[in-house]
Amino acid sequence: MSGSPFDPVVTWKPTASYKRLRQRAEMLAAIRAFFSFRGVMEVETPGFSAFPATNPCLNPFRVRDIRNTGPVLYAHTSPEYAMKRLLAAGIGPVYQICHVWRAGECGRWHNPEFTMLEWYRPGYDEYRLMAEVEDLVRHVIHENIGPAEYISYQRAFMDYAGINPFTASVETLMKSLPEGGMPDLAERSEWLDLVFSIRVAPQLGKNGLAFLTRFPPQQAELARLSSDALYARRFELFFRGMELANGYYELTDSIQCQQRMQSDAMERRRRKLPELSVDTRLLAAMEHGLPVASGVALGIDRLAMVVTGTDHIREVLTFPGELA
Amino acid sequence: MARYSTNEFKAGLKIILDGDPYSIVENEFVKPGKGQAFNRVKIRNLKNNRVIERTFKSGESIEAADVVDIDMEFLYQDGELWHFMQPSTFEQYAAHQDAVGQAAQWIRAQDVCTVTLWNNEPLDVIPPNFVQLKVAETDPGLRGDTSGGGVKPATLETGAVVRVPLFINAGEILKVDTRTGSYVSRVKE
Repeated sequence: MSGSPFDPVVTWKPTASYKRLRQRAEMLAAIRAFFSFRGVMEVETPGFSAFPATNPCLNPFRVRDIRNTGPVLYAHTSPEYAMKRLLAAGIGPVYQICHVWRAGECGRWHNPEFTMLEWYRPGYDEYRLMAEVEDLVRHVIHENIGPAEYISYQRAFMDYAGINPFTASVETLMKSLPEGGMPDLAERSEWLDLVFSIRVAPQLGKNGLAFLTRFPPQQAELARLSSDALYARRFELFFRGMELANGYYELTDSIQCQQRMQSDAMERRRRKLPELSVDTRLLAAMEHGLPVASGVALGIDRLAMVVTGTDHIREVLTFPGELA
Repeated sequence: MARYSTNEFKAGLKIILDGDPYSIVENEFVKPGKGQAFNRVKIRNLKNNRVIERTFKSGESIEAADVVDIDMEFLYQDGELWHFMQPSTFEQYAAHQDAVGQAAQWIRAQDVCTVTLWNNEPLDVIPPNFVQLKVAETDPGLRGDTSGGGVKPATLETGAVVRVPLFINAGEILKVDTRTGSYVSRVKE
């Protein structure tokens, strides 16, 4: 009987309880009410696109029809590029709740397919958007938490790892890690990410919400740089060591955007990763003109974990990756 | 040689590290939103049972350990090696004292043990959870003697020493839990 579709040992039940799914549904309704009240419009953009995000740390799924006749598409890792094209078209403040896919990301806080809330606010800088992110989180969680803490990337490393992330050498970064059992890494940026994951992130938002601000320019992604170019105007939100959201005071300069995508492409070649073409539609939209705006992406499943007080993403998903 | 990607890591997976076989005890995936991902794992050395922590860059692949658990019948001990047989194939395996370890004090011929093979060599022997063994030697229990908390040591036919109630006599058969090394009950023949 093994392998039969009627075999009783085949796991088919959802991993989230009815109660959690109910709480999740109520949370989504509350989020939609929040944006409706504030005049932010819900939009939908394609889940599969010809142009995936270029970040070399992301591993997008390639999608094609099973007869291999149609074009090769990529499941989006976030709706960022398409939503920016809408902004350039003059749509105004918008939000989207959609599924996104990132291959290989699997763990207590990760599932390869997850739900993202992404929204854009024309005319906002990152601090005004951070205030709105905090309002949204308070709107959906029932717990009483104190005011959000703001801490710069540099301050966080100095306080929790005792090193300056902008100047520390690879040796200094290595010394700040627990002794033994560490991987052999080629790049300083990888050591920085490891110190961040082991020493810094677990300390962020220990008592509630913490916004991590002023990222190194190398981690600007598509955020604009400060006028002195010393840091990127990017932020992340943490709750008890778990990253909840990532936002930018958006880069609007199409030339700089193209340069950053090209440097991603160089990095992909160096790591012998498949080459990806640059999203010419996004660049054309930016050339036309992206309004001054801030945008943020928030993990809905993780927010549901906070709302329901659970500590594994499986407990808020109907069917996680291995049961999909 | 088979390899596992960090994507396949889960508790119970057997890998080779620095030449030794390990079993994954715990696997934690960490990743800054836009940065490099890592797998932080706790792994148990299958030779000495020591648990250590290791961090791997996600996407790396690690050599798989050819480790399997097979139920085998214990045949005999020849003074140096312990001989086991896989009942379905009649294939025989000889285990060294360090692989047999604590199991040595519990097993008799024909007992079915779980033998862990690494590259077809016995690496570990786990005795049955419960065994029935004859008491070889124990002092006669003195009624009313509570100095030992109502128990006394008994040496079993395999050499194991267990704490038993005072009423147990030499020649009786006892049921013993090998996981805790404790007396469970008397067995009527």
